[in-house]
Amino acid sequence: MLQNKDKIFNNIFGFQSNKLSYALKRGDWDKTKKILSLDHDVIIEKIKNSGLRGRGGAGFSTGLKWSFMPKTLGERPHYLVVNADESEPGTCKDRDIIRHEPHKLIEGCLIASYAMRAHKCYIYIRGEFANEAKILQSAIDEAYENKLIGKNACKSGWDFDLYLHRGAGAYICGEETALLESLEGKKGQPRLKPPFPAGVGLYGCPTTVNNVESIAVVPTILRRGENWFSKLGKENNTGTKLFCISGHVNKPCNVEEEMGIPLRELIEKHAGGVIGGWNNLLAIIPGGSSTPMLPKQICDTITMDFDSLKNAGTGLGTAGVIVMDKTTDIVEAIVRLAFFYKHESCGQCTPCREGTGWMWRLLKKIASKDASPRDIDNLLELTKQVEGHTICALGDAAAWPIQGLFKNFRDEIEMGLKLKKIAAE
Amino acid sequence: MDELRNINITIDGIEISVPQGSTVLQACEAAGAEIPRFCYHEKLSVAGNCRMCLVEMERSPKPIASCAMPASDGMIIKTSSEMVEKARKGVMEFLLINHPLDCPICDQGGECDLQDQALYFGKGETRFENSKRAVSDKNMGPLIKTTMTRCIHCTRCVRFANEVAGVEDLGATGRGENVEISTYLEKAVTSELSGNLVDLCPVGALTSKPYQFVARPWELTKTESVDVMDAIGSNIRIDSRDGKVLRILPKNNESINEEWISDKSRYAIDGLSKQRLDTPFIKINNKLQRVSWDEAFEVIISKISNISNENCVGVVGNQVENESIFAFRELFKKLNLSKILPFQKKLTFSRENRSNYLFNSKIEGLDKCDYLLLIGANPRVDSAILNARIRKNYIHRDLKISSISSQQFDLKFNYEYLGSDVKILTSILEEKHKISNDFKKANFPMIIIGDEVLQNDCSLDVQKVSTSILKKFGGFNKNWNGFNILHNYASTVGAIDILSEYSDYNYSAFKNDINKNLIKFVYLLNADDFDFDISSCFVIYQGHHGDKGAQLADVILPGAAYTEKEGSYTNLEGRVQYSQRATFPPGDAKEDWTILRALSEKLGKKLDFDNLLQLREIMFSSKTMLKFDENIYSSEPKIITKSDFKSSKLNYENKNFFMTCPISRCSSTMAECSQVNG
Repeated sequence: MLQNKDKIFNNIFGFQSNKLSYALKRGDWDKTKKILSLDHDVIIEKIKNSGLRGRGGAGFSTGLKWSFMPKTLGERPHYLVVNADESEPGTCKDRDIIRHEPHKLIEGCLIASYAMRAHKCYIYIRGEFANEAKILQSAIDEAYENKLIGKNACKSGWDFDLYLHRGAGAYICGEETALLESLEGKKGQPRLKPPFPAGVGLYGCPTTVNNVESIAVVPTILRRGENWFSKLGKENNTGTKLFCISGHVNKPCNVEEEMGIPLRELIEKHAGGVIGGWNNLLAIIPGGSSTPMLPKQICDTITMDFDSLKNAGTGLGTAGVIVMDKTTDIVEAIVRLAFFYKHESCGQCTPCREGTGWMWRLLKKIASKDASPRDIDNLLELTKQVEGHTICALGDAAAWPIQGLFKNFRDEIEMGLKLKKIAAE
Repeated sequence: MDELRNINITIDGIEISVPQGSTVLQACEAAGAEIPRFCYHEKLSVAGNCRMCLVEMERSPKPIASCAMPASDGMIIKTSSEMVEKARKGVMEFLLINHPLDCPICDQGGECDLQDQALYFGKGETRFENSKRAVSDKNMGPLIKTTMTRCIHCTRCVRFANEVAGVEDLGATGRGENVEISTYLEKAVTSELSGNLVDLCPVGALTSKPYQFVARPWELTKTESVDVMDAIGSNIRIDSRDGKVLRILPKNNESINEEWISDKSRYAIDGLSKQRLDTPFIKINNKLQRVSWDEAFEVIISKISNISNENCVGVVGNQVENESIFAFRELFKKLNLSKILPFQKKLTFSRENRSNYLFNSKIEGLDKCDYLLLIGANPRVDSAILNARIRKNYIHRDLKISSISSQQFDLKFNYEYLGSDVKILTSILEEKHKISNDFKKANFPMIIIGDEVLQNDCSLDVQKVSTSILKKFGGFNKNWNGFNILHNYASTVGAIDILSEYSDYNYSAFKNDINKNLIKFVYLLNADDFDFDISSCFVIYQGHHGDKGAQLADVILPGAAYTEKEGSYTNLEGRVQYSQRATFPPGDAKEDWTILRALSEKLGKKLDFDNLLQLREIMFSSKTMLKFDENIYSSEPKIITKSDFKSSKLNYENKNFFMTCPISRCSSTMAECSQVNG
């Protein structure tokens, strides 16, 4: 279990104020100037060595991502864009960072921008986060007033401007290229890759898009040293991570823990355990709604990190742990997720536009038990037809929960269909 | 420019070399592998949204969209593997689940990309049991019929409107399954190129309104020909059935119209069957009466004895092919008459040198040009295709454009407006104006001189100063000639070419003659757009429509419209193109050169040819410059003018794009367009 001294987000529960004076007491903005006196590439190297992997879901090495940015500032400006469009069902870590630790994020923006030679950074915040946007804006204003950012930020000689942009509430705008489109004032639809944002991003300029948590942990990593961070957690899955535990637990919460903590320990220590005890557990979605679910027998032993979850056929994603006990109609639960993806598909490319609706309808039919096993086969084939054929990952995200459902519960579901048929006869 | 390197790429085991910058799809095509696609279009930006063009790339776990993936060295692509087959079948199934099964009543049937590709790449069975999506139709004006339920959201139309036409009238609203292509405000697409949307739509969502339920593609006779609605000479395909022109489509010609034609070229055809002159007429007691050809000729012969070189004028119309102009000239020659007006307006050129009155940079030169000055030109109205070409350079290469014109026209691209006084040209020449720097920086500067100048008294002066400016700033060299005249009519260049050596008769001289009451006989060859009073003269009108000319005529000789005759037209670049006959002229009407030939025989002055081949032989041997050399830029213009350059304001002339010739004036589609856009 993570010791208090190793916690990055000391105020994630919001026991203290989020104002600058309190943030300073918690150690934010401490010797930022010294960090900014390091060479750009040294910072990138340090982040690379810390083993920090992107906290937005894909788990790509943050330092490596930064190193894709051009090494010199050419004619086109560089941009850092922070993705605060946190809309994944089951995930609410960025929300709490912004609510309670906004200065960690702002300081991270400054340092990361400096490392990537960007003078401007945009935070794209989810439209529904109205209060959070207010809090973050007032924190930004505080930072400007105290000359922490702005011209000659922290007296480092580096000019840095930070802008907050509110989205309009589309899930797809959390996809990095759709986010850039939306930020440019266009319709939020993912772009084709290549070209990648590091080459052609915001307004056609080199851009890196990072998750809020990835950026917010950067100042602490640099202050305490990359070795401190890389010693936490497991190999290749280093550091600490915010877990969002929701669903059938006694005390749903957001909690910072070491990477690689056993799932059972996480739930029992921090969330007060599964309602009705561990044996009442049916399944857990480990990383936000788009990751396939895990049945209880795997949950018993699995550890929460990128690699072991990947090996179990699912993913750490955003670490939004959704717990479902045995009272859950598991098919209905996934129907709701399928509806979510159908509703949030941007409609740009064919498989996702047409497939998400069809999958939802078929799954609804199965949930009503008015279906045949052939419908299940068809549905699974559909998920394969969508997965991997779309422009962005929303198609995959829509397909995986359904695949996870039938991988683990197909027998039970088929039995249900049979029983209904027998009863009808 | 850096020389483009070639890239080696392996497609289905065949190694080929393609130029750098190609996409995988282009490489596949080069290797002969057919890639199905809907959203990809060569002339539009890449959208990559239909996902039909997915192919397998080695070391990629997922199939890739070949239209969007740049080809790179050593790539190994498979286009017929199991993965690709599965992807295509899957995408096709998704496209079809919400596509209505209304092919039997769909105008796109038989030439539908979705139909064809479903046949080759589809599954042949359905497992979709839900209701299909229905989408309400949108109003897109008089030319485009919408059946939006059929839409597969390829966004070709949106991209065309935004990129090529420059009108932001179209877009996609909603998201997911509820995406709809619409014109937000339920208004007509306000572009002169909107008809191209119909060609671009790969399904039957956007079809041609005037052509709805008219014919199936396999019933049509297809004739490749040339358009005469403007001076560009767009290449077209005329589709006809049972002697009636049913539709006109663009034919690809990269040097001229690329893949587009204007709405007038496409939709004015219903004018071809209205108000046609199908028999000769003579005027008796102020009323036109139908007569036979012989009777009509008799009347002309009876009047001919009073003809002299002084009192007889021939007027060449705007859409006459070279052959008829030549026959017309020969007839006048035989009759010892010299007054032939090559065009009906006051357009002042100096005809000494052919480059004085041509679009010397060529239409393709617009892609290369790096600074453009428009003087008195409104290319959007005068030649919409050319305007789209300027816009293409503006969009892709950030072309800088300035304009001197009577008013600030909406050209669908941004330009610097320099006012309406051409005096500014002197200060540009003397390097006292900031535009001089733009000229200096440019390697391929271009000046386009339009109607407002040509009709103005300052025409020759402007042309002369323009030549000097270009000369000073490197607008003439062995690879470039930046001096351009923007003509508006299909026959203008041909008429100048053919007539300039024979007769230097011009509009001003004619006006003088009219004022002196000198003119007694007028022969209008397809001329309907004149603004002079000839009511007291004996008028012969030869043409195809009962328009202004026919109203004034004492004798009417019914001719053939451009779809009904073989002929050659010289476009504004000086390029000679041949049109083909798609249908026959109605009733007793005949091809124009045959009428002139027949008349000459009746007059006892038989012309020296009996068929079109002989005519062409004589025409080309007498006038070598009718031929067009693709590679050599013609020499510098030599403009001779006595007057000094005076300050002069350009005057605005209100023009209706949709009604510029007898055919378009008779077209009810064009009338509707003019009402909607007016």
